[in-house]
Amino acid sequence: MKESQQFCTFSIEEQHFAVPVQSVQEVIRYQEMTRVPLAPAVIRGLINLRGQIVVAYDLRKRLGYPELQENRKPMNVVVRADGETVSLLVDEIGDVIEVKEDCAEQPPETLQAHMRELVQGVYKLKDQLLLVLDTEKTVAGGEDSAARH
Amino acid sequence: MDDLIKDFLQESRENLDHLDQDFVKLESEPDDPELLKSIFRTIHTIKGTCGFLGFGKLESLAHAGENLLSQLRDGAIALNAQRTTVLLQMVDAVREMLDSIEARGNEGERDDCALIATLTTLQCDGEVETHEERGQTRETSTAEAAMTGKPEVVSNEAAEAESGKAEGFLGEAVRLLGKILVERNMAAPEEVAAAIQKQLEGDTRPLGEILVERGAVKTQDVVAALQVQQSAKAAMTEGTIRVDVGLLDKLMNLVGELVLARNHIVQYMQKADDHSLAVSSQRLNLITTELQESVMKTRMQPIGNLWSKFPRTVRDLAMSCGKQVRIEMEGKDTELDKTIVEAIKDPLTHLVRNAVDHGIEAPEKRTAAGKGPEGMLHLRAYHEGGQVNIEISDDGAGLDAEKIRKKALQRGLIRPEQVTRLTERETANLIFLPGLSTAEKVSSVSGRGVGMDVVKTNIEKIGGTVDVQSKAGQGTTVRMKIPLTLAIIPALIVSAAEERYAIPQVSLLELVWLEGENARKGIEMLSGAPVYRLRGQLLPLVYLEHELNGRVEGKPEGARTKREKGEAVNIVVLQAEDRQFGLVVDEINDTEEIVVKPLSKQLKSVNAFAGATIMGDGQVALILDVMGLAQRASVIGENRERAMTAKDAATSAEGGEKQTMLLMQCGAEGRLAMQLSLVARLEEFKKESIEKAGDQQVVQYRGEIMPLLRVADVLGGGQGVGSTEGAAMTQVVVYSEGGRRVGLVVDRILDIVEESFLQQHPSKRKGLIGSAVIQEKVTDLLDVHSLIRSAIPSFDEGEAAGEEK
Repeated sequence: MKESQQFCTFSIEEQHFAVPVQSVQEVIRYQEMTRVPLAPAVIRGLINLRGQIVVAYDLRKRLGYPELQENRKPMNVVVRADGETVSLLVDEIGDVIEVKEDCAEQPPETLQAHMRELVQGVYKLKDQLLLVLDTEKTVAGGEDSAARH
Repeated sequence: MDDLIKDFLQESRENLDHLDQDFVKLESEPDDPELLKSIFRTIHTIKGTCGFLGFGKLESLAHAGENLLSQLRDGAIALNAQRTTVLLQMVDAVREMLDSIEARGNEGERDDCALIATLTTLQCDGEVETHEERGQTRETSTAEAAMTGKPEVVSNEAAEAESGKAEGFLGEAVRLLGKILVERNMAAPEEVAAAIQKQLEGDTRPLGEILVERGAVKTQDVVAALQVQQSAKAAMTEGTIRVDVGLLDKLMNLVGELVLARNHIVQYMQKADDHSLAVSSQRLNLITTELQESVMKTRMQPIGNLWSKFPRTVRDLAMSCGKQVRIEMEGKDTELDKTIVEAIKDPLTHLVRNAVDHGIEAPEKRTAAGKGPEGMLHLRAYHEGGQVNIEISDDGAGLDAEKIRKKALQRGLIRPEQVTRLTERETANLIFLPGLSTAEKVSSVSGRGVGMDVVKTNIEKIGGTVDVQSKAGQGTTVRMKIPLTLAIIPALIVSAAEERYAIPQVSLLELVWLEGENARKGIEMLSGAPVYRLRGQLLPLVYLEHELNGRVEGKPEGARTKREKGEAVNIVVLQAEDRQFGLVVDEINDTEEIVVKPLSKQLKSVNAFAGATIMGDGQVALILDVMGLAQRASVIGENRERAMTAKDAATSAEGGEKQTMLLMQCGAEGRLAMQLSLVARLEEFKKESIEKAGDQQVVQYRGEIMPLLRVADVLGGGQGVGSTEGAAMTQVVVYSEGGRRVGLVVDRILDIVEESFLQQHPSKRKGLIGSAVIQEKVTDLLDVHSLIRSAIPSFDEGEAAGEEK
């Protein structure tokens, strides 16, 4: 097992999340989106990423948070998952950090069920806790969660 | 895998494809020496190369084939069907081995001893051929020729095999150099052969050097020959190069991006006021368009590439069903995008096989029908209106309309009452319904009940249409229209609920703009479904906004947009399958060339969209899938079987088959309907005015005694009578026939409706024709004629009396 891993961090509702840095293609500011009617609710819309059309996932909705306030615009964490390029909409982008494997732990049982299935592990950092998301699962679950909403 | 082997595989495959055509051509022109030579060369090359690469099995097979071919080429033996078949078998075997080499790196476990033996036996005209149809005289003469020619042929062949090996071993350059030197009389053939021999023995120096050393040629001659060789090579490489398809796809994508960037700049320039920039942008515009066209062209392939497989297919199939079929092709050069060529490959093959298997009759049958024994299969392709039309016609028996109808009925694909209304063309097109195969026996080729519907689905998937026409005894023609490319398409941009959508122009028929009075009154409701009368035809309307976002309940119609206020309505008339419908949008913007991008996996389940595109301003717009939308809005059925029903309902709705019906209430729940044309008058009688004559209730009406029939009683549902008892007035429908009047007593007159409906199931009850759905309720249809006769058996006798009056 690797000693340490790099993560791209971001936050939603003051909670720190991260995805493995190798799955991240780029991080960009807010982009205009085209809404897709009839699509699962977690799909906020389509963005034009330099000519490539990319689905934008509403991570707030996916993780069960309320919608972002009107005046705030989400940022895009563009990841490659499941053979496709998708964008995860987050509140704020954090740093890329390197974390030792030995400070990882399984997500606690008390974590809400729909978040638990997406969280790969919890990293205990000095001043914060980092929830690492499984990108594949986050993106694949679009249709199931649509049924929930 | 080794690059060398890869090249060998690719080259051999191309050669083999060519070979198939040559063989079939050869059968019709057996004496064409050029064809034979070309075939021989191909096999020879394969043999030489695989010997070099160490594919022994492949080599020995090719060798056997080559031997037979060399006999044929030298005229020692004649080509006949049997030899062609065996040679084709050899080509197949070679192909299989090539596949196996590609997949596993070896030739596989096949055993071709039998094939090789046959190839060898067929080299002489012996017993094998005596039972062939060829004339005896010819036979002996060729046999004689074989006898005399044989020794020479064999030695020739041996020499060729030898040089073939050498060529294979040393590659193209050496062969060319030696050849050039010999051709230019600069060196004697035997000197070159000796030099090659030397190389084979291990001399690693180039051929030229060996020859110079031996004093066979002058140095400057070798230099000149090398130059000739170089220029020949250059000419070859300049003409065509192989390009990776992936690269072309990438290029196409980039050009797509460029088109978008161009659109953006052109849009911006309309607002800007800068002359020199305007000139530049115009140039950019022109160049981009040209570049787009050129790149599109690189992906274009002549349809002939696809067709080239058909002569072989047809030949094999015709042989196996004992038919004679000639295949003709027209417009082989018609070009199509690579992706489209791939998409139509299977449907076309299926249609061709179908035509041979089912369309064209056996020779005896054809002769009996007064046609030549040889059937004709005609393939035609041509450009028309930015689309490619492909026709596949045969001069066979045509479709058996009766059989198709029967089968369709039997499978429940159409209803009995539809049968008589179907036109010849509609009947023919029934073959595209799933589950309909009229083949009596299931052959290996077709008749499994799958196929034609798959053909249709596949063609429609790429935005094409397919249609079949057939004349009994004269043949069948299948016609398809296919778009040139799928990557960049013209589209109409519309907006609804402040979002833009692109509609592919292929499905667009016309645009209708309603304003003022027309906008308010033009759209009528047909029991909740909006329709518009377009030149007298009813056009079902679909509101794009409602389809996509759902109907906003509680909001008064006319709260937001112009459309909702009833000031203006934009209708985009679209074609989905064979139905038309009007899509109501908020705004119609413009037509634009758009680059189609596929939707990601997560959105595949949304059938209303065919893809997405990037607009000039960089925003993403969704491309509407007209078929999917029509299905969502139930304009067309979810599957074809239902589509047929919907279509039928629509034809009666549009075709003026509407009937005006009188709706009546009879008994507690009995809803009855009769044709209004049968009703003379509607009357109300006071309870007291109803009298009795015998056991018959009568009423005095216009100076006559009119018998009254309580419909509920006659039909046997007497419980409803009670409701009338209480009422002061009795509702009577006056029916008049042959001068006699009868009053039909009903509980209530409900309505008069003008509606088209389909009678569902015939009724066994006396006095009823059947039932139908009218105004979304099940309604019994009265058979007044028999109703009266069942209640008053003497009605017909009275008729005469009535006339006397």
